[in-house]
Amino acid sequence: MSLPCNLTQPQENEYLNCIRCGLCLAVCPTYRVHKNETASPRGLVALARKSLEGELELTPNLAEQMYACLDCLACNDICPVGIRPADLALEMRHVQEQIRPSGWKDTLFGELIAKPARMEAATLPLRIYQSSGLRRLVYTLHLRRLLPTRLRDLEGMLPRLPRRPLRRVLPEVTKARGESRYQVGFFLGCAQSLLFAAESAATVRVLARNGCTVITPRDTVCCGMPTAGYGRMDLAKAHARFNIALFEKTATDVIVTDCATCGSKLKDYGQMLADEPEWAERAAAFSAKVRDISEFLMSIPLEKPAGRIAARVTYHDPCHLRRAQKVWQQPRALMQLIDGIDFVELPESDWCCGSAGSQLITHYETSLAVLERKMDNLKSTGAEMVASGCPGCQMQLTTGIKRRQMDVKVVHPIALLDQAYAREENPQ
Amino acid sequence: MNSTLIIELIKIIGKDGVLTSPEDLAVYSYDSTFEEHHPDVVVLPTSTEQVSQVVKLAARERIPVVTRGMASGLAAASVPFSGGIVLCLTRMDRLLELDEENAVVHVEAGVITANLQTEVEKKGLFYPPDPSSIRHSTIGGNIACNAGGPRCLKYGVTGDYVLGLTVVLADGQVIHTGGKVIKDVVGYDLTALFTGSEGTLGVITEALLRLITRPEFARTALVEFNSIEDASQTVNAILTAGIVPATLELMDHTAISCIEEAMHLGLPLDVAAILLVETDGQEESSVTREIETAAEICTRHSARKVTVARDESERQGLWKARRSVAPALARLAPNKLGEDITVPRSAIPEAVRRLKLVSAKYGLPIVIFGHAGDGNLHPNILFDKRDPQQWARVEQMVAEEFAIALDLGGTLSGEHGVGTLKRPYLERALGPVSVEIQKRIKRSLDPQNILNPGKVLPD
Repeated sequence: MSLPCNLTQPQENEYLNCIRCGLCLAVCPTYRVHKNETASPRGLVALARKSLEGELELTPNLAEQMYACLDCLACNDICPVGIRPADLALEMRHVQEQIRPSGWKDTLFGELIAKPARMEAATLPLRIYQSSGLRRLVYTLHLRRLLPTRLRDLEGMLPRLPRRPLRRVLPEVTKARGESRYQVGFFLGCAQSLLFAAESAATVRVLARNGCTVITPRDTVCCGMPTAGYGRMDLAKAHARFNIALFEKTATDVIVTDCATCGSKLKDYGQMLADEPEWAERAAAFSAKVRDISEFLMSIPLEKPAGRIAARVTYHDPCHLRRAQKVWQQPRALMQLIDGIDFVELPESDWCCGSAGSQLITHYETSLAVLERKMDNLKSTGAEMVASGCPGCQMQLTTGIKRRQMDVKVVHPIALLDQAYAREENPQ
Repeated sequence: MNSTLIIELIKIIGKDGVLTSPEDLAVYSYDSTFEEHHPDVVVLPTSTEQVSQVVKLAARERIPVVTRGMASGLAAASVPFSGGIVLCLTRMDRLLELDEENAVVHVEAGVITANLQTEVEKKGLFYPPDPSSIRHSTIGGNIACNAGGPRCLKYGVTGDYVLGLTVVLADGQVIHTGGKVIKDVVGYDLTALFTGSEGTLGVITEALLRLITRPEFARTALVEFNSIEDASQTVNAILTAGIVPATLELMDHTAISCIEEAMHLGLPLDVAAILLVETDGQEESSVTREIETAAEICTRHSARKVTVARDESERQGLWKARRSVAPALARLAPNKLGEDITVPRSAIPEAVRRLKLVSAKYGLPIVIFGHAGDGNLHPNILFDKRDPQQWARVEQMVAEEFAIALDLGGTLSGEHGVGTLKRPYLERALGPVSVEIQKRIKRSLDPQNILNPGKVLPD
């Protein structure tokens, strides 16, 4: 049985030349856990091809194999033929959605994620849980023990949330300290600005301190990554168009994000909308301006902080930063600008931590197994802090650390820099 | 496959290790060739005992059992053409013992070869065989196919390091061959018999491997030539001068440009051939002296340029390139058929010349690279299998490749094995008497013909 022909589906050249050499098996985190071909990139490509060519039916089980992929992109990078199994997995999720749409995704990605105010409302219970002191009570009375392990792991992921969402408190324009040398657009990521608001606030402070006028459009919507990840490429494109139009109204030299995932998606808008005549050029122009925060900071004359942070620090590469954006030297260099930091490399730093957005919720065992290896590596470094510029990775690492009761702090590299600047003003 | 058998398998392995969905069967239908055939069930055992029970069950029911690891094979040896059970040993991946005093490691078959190397190298030991698939193939598969690799020129092939094996026989019995001893002449050498038997005589589940001291120094040179003939003649000149490099790898122009396109290493694109020469050893001075002598010989044999890698990362880059040649070729055509014919090394220039003629005759490109130092060449035919005319030509070309190898005193395969693809040519290579003896060996070990049926030997 072949698929209906009017679908948006992967092109033949995306899978045809897979020679099944198996190189991708060597770098795939899910293969490493399951040691099963079905959980491998080569397996995904075979399944995609067979279902697109009508040899296999696109069953829910087949689609599930596409969802089991962490989208860490390691296979894309290693494939000597240039096949991109991780991309193919996302495209197949989209094919599945076109054949068997799941209604809740319209609501989640069309109505909730696309509306910042609703996202804030949806996360209100979490803010209340923390600000009312309920969370402290749970910890003081050791009530977490009573939670089932899975729920406890999810609770453990939760960072300290601000009382008010950052979007409400951050001014639309933050003036540069001293002479303004750059007009920087700041893209407020959903997870980063809602859950790690203190870090995003730090991003803006560091930018302003280094001669940037920071323009933060408040109406930005989700970058589109989770939406595309759940097979709704159509809605992700709508997010993209909205964000592009929004930033076109601002005068910016660059658009900076402090979220690895947002960065990778924003840089992909050009590609995503390449087939839409009205948008192709605008999307390409938008994507060309996008920079990860560490990428941008290391490209300008950056003020070396006088404050010290005495700590052994290691760094976990977010897949969407290292692989999708090839940014991996900059965050390391940025942290090593700070006096006192004893930087140590994390073994397998570029292996996925298992977060992959929501994988801890949807694929708990696999996600945890991938995380356990990350924790073994983290432990071997003896680091007191692990830095990573991705909210998903940060939450996942926090879960791992709490599970093992390790004494390691998870931070965004930018938060360290901000702290070093602050210490210079108020030396401890 | 009937459901009571599935239930029995689940009782042996556990639910997580028995796969039956159409998706699972589809991804266990292939190896690294273009061949495919679905198995009826896939099992992923975690111990020799489980393997033994599965094989007992298969013997009782006369069901084919096809053993595999990561399916990186290039001869369709692990494609289950007769259906039945695919026995995938990737979950048997424990390193059971590293005996430093005797320099022997005891491993399960599913250990990834690169992981094995990393582990023993931590202790200053060395497991030399290095098939290009080192990161995505298992030691069990390497032994079952007696895998080679670039370093085999100096260090020998997989089989040279196998001291003993744990094998599950066709009736489910478990035997242990060999041991931790270097010398052993008691009885027939069953270890050697199972090594390279491609899953047709027994299921290798564990191995005792001999290790050597890790060489401390290595120097690698990239040598450019204006003709592939010059390059292949240089190979002989280096070896007859008494230098035994760890590796002597040959790549022709197409191979080089493919890698460069895939990896952007800055390889020269206007050369006809490259030799990759590596010397290694315990003393830096002798390693350096050897690479310098090799470089001089190259220059005398009209090498255009000799570049010695300056540091470890440059060296790693060159090897990464070499290991990616075969897969990178797929950028050029949907299919490739890579053989691994072997000739006496003095015949390499002639073999290369004749292979080029075959390519011209049939109008399909043959890319040539390989382990020139030991006469093991990888002519790869590039084609599109969807075009029946091309496929027909490919089949004729392969036959001619094999004829060239045999005519020059060589053989069909140096390291990939026979599997399904070379089976039709076996008798021509070995002669009827040898084939008949091998058939008798097969019958005595597997009278019901359930272990990887239809592979290696002709019917």
